[in-house]
Amino acid sequence: MDLRVRSLQALLTEKGYIDPAALDLLIETYETRIGPRNGARVVARAWTDPVFRKWLLEDATAAIASLGYSGRQGENMIAVENTEARHNMVVCTLCSCYPWPVLGLPPTWYKSAPYRARAVRDPRGVLAEFGVTLPQSTEIRVWDSTAEVRYLVIPRRPAGTENWNEEQLASLVTRDSMIGTGLARIPGEPA
Amino acid sequence: MTYRSHADLGGRNVPGRVVPESEGEPFHAPWERQALGLTLAMGATGVWNIDISRRARETLPDYGSLSYYEIWIKALQKLLVEHALVDVDELSAGRLQRPARPLPRVLRAAAVPAVLSAGSPTKRAPRTAARFVTGERVRTLAGEVDHHTRLPGYARGKTGRIERVHGVHVFADTHAHGLGEQPQWLYTVTFTARELWGEDAPHELTVSIDAWEPYLEPSS
Repeated sequence: MDLRVRSLQALLTEKGYIDPAALDLLIETYETRIGPRNGARVVARAWTDPVFRKWLLEDATAAIASLGYSGRQGENMIAVENTEARHNMVVCTLCSCYPWPVLGLPPTWYKSAPYRARAVRDPRGVLAEFGVTLPQSTEIRVWDSTAEVRYLVIPRRPAGTENWNEEQLASLVTRDSMIGTGLARIPGEPA
Repeated sequence: MTYRSHADLGGRNVPGRVVPESEGEPFHAPWERQALGLTLAMGATGVWNIDISRRARETLPDYGSLSYYEIWIKALQKLLVEHALVDVDELSAGRLQRPARPLPRVLRAAAVPAVLSAGSPTKRAPRTAARFVTGERVRTLAGEVDHHTRLPGYARGKTGRIERVHGVHVFADTHAHGLGEQPQWLYTVTFTARELWGEDAPHELTVSIDAWEPYLEPSS
């Protein structure tokens, strides 16, 4: 594949269809600037600021844009909040739709056939593979992203973080917890 | 049926486990970086749209045996040939054999931040009233269709409830075939797991899809 892609890039450059500097910048952006730390900041703000939390639940696109995250694959955002009674989980069974501005590029498993096949049918089995077990009484709510709406899960805030500031809280918010295949880390749990 | 998607995986019996992965490793080989960059840069030329890209990917006959970025590269090559931007012999040679075609635009580095932060909004102004309201029971179309669609197989011919109304959005089914945006009302429709998978399914599981209005009929 390496050779095939390199020769494709050479051909498209020779044709003048692509600007190699633009390519480098696109890659650099998703490697260094747009990733799950963005979403973690959104969640930490929602945990600490009730007005922001309300805004996020009512108009996630605008609330998230107010923190500087918007655009490609996040044009229509919806935030869904986990509670004791309900756990949300996001999948795209048809391809790999994912909220790029807040989570970056999707991990391999999110795009894989086993996840896409099973998330809508056996989400508890999938959660078990991530080491997550929820009480039987918890409702599991799976969102299949079949159009251009993108979903961000707001995980539950861990206990024992009452005096934590936003930055400390953001460090507990994992990528998987914002997809719904994980929970936020509890204080002291290794990253 | 002449149209066949190999990407409609929801509910299928697929072997293998879900393998968790740590954060901060979006690429697993250097060429995957290029695959992302090339796909985004060519998408930004405006020769095709995202739905045409999805159509190109899901109809690859070997979809199931390819990694995700392999799918992207193969689909990109297919689109380049279909739109006469390159010829097959040029792909195999990796060298230009014929002059370039004019493009609507070429993505320059200086434009990258603005292009990414603008995205490609799909929401359009409504011209009709929404047919359904939140809470209403609806039934999805049954049977297969002979074109690109975003109504997954597992949710066809099923009864659910409108949970959210998202406004009017570009209709993927026509947009993927160069038939225009034909914007339609878009809804989140929620189904019980029992409706989708039968009586043995867990009662505490609900699944939603996002469905354009033409996918839905009223259910009494």
